Amino acid sequence: MSINIDNLDNLHMDVLKEIGNIGAGNAATALAKLLNKKVDMDVPKVKVLKFNEVNETLGGAEIIVVGLLLRVYGDLTGNIMFILKNEAAHILVNILMGKDPADTMEFSEIELSALKEIGNILAGSYLSSLSSLTGLSILPSVPELAIDMAGAIISVPAIEFGKLGDSVLYIETEFSEGSTKVVGDFFLIPDVDSYEILLRALGVIS
Amino acid sequence: MENVIKVGMADLKACHHPAVLTTLGLGSCVGIALYDIKTNIIGLAHAMLPDSTQAKNRTNVAKFVDTSIDSLIYEMVRLGSNKQRIVAKLAGGAQMFTFSQSSDSMRIGYRNVVAAKDNLYKLGIPIISEDTGGNYGRTIQLDSSNGILLIKTIGYGVKEI
Repeated sequence: MSINIDNLDNLHMDVLKEIGNIGAGNAATALAKLLNKKVDMDVPKVKVLKFNEVNETLGGAEIIVVGLLLRVYGDLTGNIMFILKNEAAHILVNILMGKDPADTMEFSEIELSALKEIGNILAGSYLSSLSSLTGLSILPSVPELAIDMAGAIISVPAIEFGKLGDSVLYIETEFSEGSTKVVGDFFLIPDVDSYEILLRALGVIS
Repeated sequence: MENVIKVGMADLKACHHPAVLTTLGLGSCVGIALYDIKTNIIGLAHAMLPDSTQAKNRTNVAKFVDTSIDSLIYEMVRLGSNKQRIVAKLAGGAQMFTFSQSSDSMRIGYRNVVAAKDNLYKLGIPIISEDTGGNYGRTIQLDSSNGILLIKTIGYGVKEI
């Protein structure tokens, strides 16, 4: 069986949405613990976009974003990626480090480590929910971080999706802490062979 | 104002002079810029994957380096260009993330550039300049009036090739 994101049926789509929902929910809880603040989360939006529309996401191909990429190992292989707008990344780091939320100086080494740690925790909690849902062993690698144009960062997951079809599937999640809103995008990108493993483990295909 | 036309991800366009073709935020994808030195007809492709023969779904020719080059040349010839006069410039093919255990899929940028060179070589199209590799994104603009490819980056300056 070969999975094509361009024409996923409703059932598959609902399953992927629900995974996104639960994963992002767990990530929000983990973020709340990390920040020691109440973190609310809007219902995540699952988006399937054509490649030519992808660059308009996050506000344009040239805006600066922070991308955190982790390899996924275990029964399922692939990548998980979390993308934050530069300002949002600053907000998160400033809250975490107890700095003025409006501070947008260039990230220091320790702030970059803090961002990686956020990526670690968000991706880790996302994957552990996926793991308990499916019974599969799924482990993340150490995160890699890149700060660059949105288009260039998104090209990484887009290329992986490109091996399967002509669309990108991702989950837009909005976290808020008090009046501060932080929007982040999760991309869960199973390797080609792992889609089937994932859907089978979820009982969607037999 | 010049006629600036955007080329998206997995997209390609060819046009007559005067025009500027641009593609924003090239990461591991490769930008293939073609220029007819006589008629000033230009073409730009933003390809994601090196090889269409490895893929099951080939409906979008602009997605692959090999088919996007063929298709771009076809479009340019249709506009009145001659293959013998076309020259190429390459940009992109970065590795945005560095993993210590670099798997093959992480080196996709490099593979895209190699595929572009191989395919252009086979077609006898000279590559007159390139700005490829590295670990950063690029926005590129191809100007039909002189064939100059302008490359903008974040933190790595602006250059013309």
